[in-house]
Amino acid sequence: MLSNIGNALLFSNILLGISIIYFSFENLRNKEQRVSKKIYRLSLLQSTLIIICFFNLIAAFITSDFSIISVYQNSHSLKPFFYKVSGTWGNHEGSLLLWVIILTIFSFLFLIYNKSHPKNYRVYTLIVQNILILGFLFFILFNSNPFGVILPTPSEGLGLNPILQDPALAIHPPLLYVGFVGSSIYFSAAIASLITDYSDKLFAQSIKNWVLISWSFQTLGILTGSIWAYYELGWGGFWFWDPVENASLLPWFAMTALVHSLIALEKRKFLYFWVIILCLLTFILSVTGTFLVRSGILNSVHTFANDPSRGAYILIFLSLMIFASVLLFFKKFKTSNYNLNANSKETFILINNWFMIFYLITVLLGTIYPIFTEVLTDNKVSVGPPYYNTVIIPVVIFFLFFMAVGPQTKWIKNKFSNLNLLIKILFGAILINFVIIYLSKSYSLISNFIIISSIFLILSSLNDLYKTIKQRKIDLSRIISHSGFGFLILFIGLNYNFSLEKDLNLKVGEARKFENYLLEFKNLQLKDFKNYKAVVGEFKIKNLKENLELTLNPEIRIYESPNTITYEASIRTGILKDYYLTMSNIDRSEYYNIKFQKKPFMLWIWISVIFISLGGFLRLFKNEKNY
Amino acid sequence: MKKIIKLFVLILVIFIIGIFFISLNNSTRYDTKGLVGQKIKKISLDYFSENKKFTEVDLKKNNYTLINFWASWCGPCRDEHIFLLKLSKEKNLKLLGVNFKDKKNNALKFLNDLGNPYDNLTKDELGKQSVNFGIYGIPESILIDKELVILKKFTGPISEKDFRNIKSIIKK
Repeated sequence: MLSNIGNALLFSNILLGISIIYFSFENLRNKEQRVSKKIYRLSLLQSTLIIICFFNLIAAFITSDFSIISVYQNSHSLKPFFYKVSGTWGNHEGSLLLWVIILTIFSFLFLIYNKSHPKNYRVYTLIVQNILILGFLFFILFNSNPFGVILPTPSEGLGLNPILQDPALAIHPPLLYVGFVGSSIYFSAAIASLITDYSDKLFAQSIKNWVLISWSFQTLGILTGSIWAYYELGWGGFWFWDPVENASLLPWFAMTALVHSLIALEKRKFLYFWVIILCLLTFILSVTGTFLVRSGILNSVHTFANDPSRGAYILIFLSLMIFASVLLFFKKFKTSNYNLNANSKETFILINNWFMIFYLITVLLGTIYPIFTEVLTDNKVSVGPPYYNTVIIPVVIFFLFFMAVGPQTKWIKNKFSNLNLLIKILFGAILINFVIIYLSKSYSLISNFIIISSIFLILSSLNDLYKTIKQRKIDLSRIISHSGFGFLILFIGLNYNFSLEKDLNLKVGEARKFENYLLEFKNLQLKDFKNYKAVVGEFKIKNLKENLELTLNPEIRIYESPNTITYEASIRTGILKDYYLTMSNIDRSEYYNIKFQKKPFMLWIWISVIFISLGGFLRLFKNEKNY
Repeated sequence: MKKIIKLFVLILVIFIIGIFFISLNNSTRYDTKGLVGQKIKKISLDYFSENKKFTEVDLKKNNYTLINFWASWCGPCRDEHIFLLKLSKEKNLKLLGVNFKDKKNNALKFLNDLGNPYDNLTKDELGKQSVNFGIYGIPESILIDKELVILKKFTGPISEKDFRNIKSIIKK
């Protein structure tokens, strides 16, 4: 039943997509200055139907309708309600439906929120967006149908992979998708802008809020993925340079560059073609990421089944997208002359973009390099954290300095009137760095620079805040995002330098002392839960210096559907530091392998990222108010 | 100059997409087909009910051994069971069962209901030992000879065809 409804809805959405394209072309031909009512109604219907279609799939997951393959493969009747719902998008087919929903809703919202812009530009955007929607709808219907039926109906489902049963991961895909699928709308708008020659300031205004929305959500999506990895994977880190993490980071770099260059386009009619490139690139990178993850040519923590036909479809779609946009771009490209002064805000925005492109190329190379070497030389290589850390970290130092100075410069021609102040701030930053070294322990030269530069950025952002409050011209959004980034780098630096990690083998009743800590293995219990059994350890940790005592309970969970063992870290989150404990059994032995970690400022790393994205949201509200 | 840039961009795009296309058909997944022809080195499996170890020395006593990985919770294991029972009557072949990530009572019930084809029954409760045999899903079976060389590896349940195949190999 639900399967038939779902298929019917998908099919009607294909028809709607085709008719929107048809009526759009008709609308382009007539002389009417407005977009016809018919198109509005069809778009509204299209969005409504796809949302109903998605709720239909959610209903199938909630009612455990195992006649539907994707429910059978990813759900189980004993699963908690929350994870039944989140299981809807925790798999390949369901998540593709989420893709299409975001494509469709953004298409509709862009149409109704840009009424002040010319008809042709809006209608062409709608056409391109609907071509994208159709591409994905066909993919869903003929290759990855979430409503596929399995006969005879199984009595029980296979269950959702236990490591996906986590609150952070339940909201991770929707957030991330609003981010990178949302970037489709400015891909379409960029194509429309090239076709209709609608450029510069007005074009920038029509897309800037969409860029901000996708950027802010992308930031939060990356954050939740990172939090999940920290809690669930049991490695104690929060960023692993895993190909899939990189796939979400690549469009983020492009978006960040876009957020900045759009300002230059809006204020100075500068960088139009570069903005177009970034618009196209962001979505192309998003689809490339989807291709890399879904085709299975990269192995990573995302366990989508390997199916070359999926990869082939996305790749053909991607190639068409790239060739169409590259050819159109070359056809329309004109060199423009802009009198650029080396000391001006324009230059600093360009510098931001160079850095972003540098990060982008670095991460892109690291991600796809193994694929290339394997095809070209039949050599399996793996590119890991050392590559990224050595290439990126030194560059971040310079980036932070530019990021601190850039916002205070003036358009067209700048004079450094505040050089004195900057030097004072720099000395302040160096001083704070030495205080940190004095209070704790010394660290490497490069860490010194990282901490000095991040404090420099934070202090100059705060100084900005003070100045703008005095002048009553507060630009809170930028200050929050920039200082959030400064704090992020600062806390990552401190976390990296002051983490403590200890590996031990212990059995019940044993205790071990290291540094200032005493770790005691008190007890071991077997517990039964609704959908799993767990071996729960009881550990007591004493900090001998601070008179602190706490109990941690790491678990080994045995899930039955599907049959999986997971190792659950026990984490005590504190304001200043986290204690992180994992245990794993050792074969044929009563000893357990215990990994103890002290991770300072973890909470602040997450909060910093929230602040970065908060800046984006604030700017969005400010833009809305100004309209 | 503009033409050169255009050409360069197009070639780069074609090159990248080309590589992606080729690698689509290059499965990077872990594959154990290469195991065939290799020798099993050291093994040590717990007996199902006794507190003893089954090692490679025990394997050398048999002309041919079929190592079968199974569990009571695995549906396809039921399908292949009939062929295992038939194979257990072969004189030249011994069957070594490895009970994979299973509960003891369920496993015993399974054998009581369907019959026990195994000459030796061992267990791998955590599934860690089986990894050494390149097992990543069950049922899987490995046919080895006296020299402990892997002659054949069967992924998934043993079919009628596999059954005849095994029979012809051990007749030699």
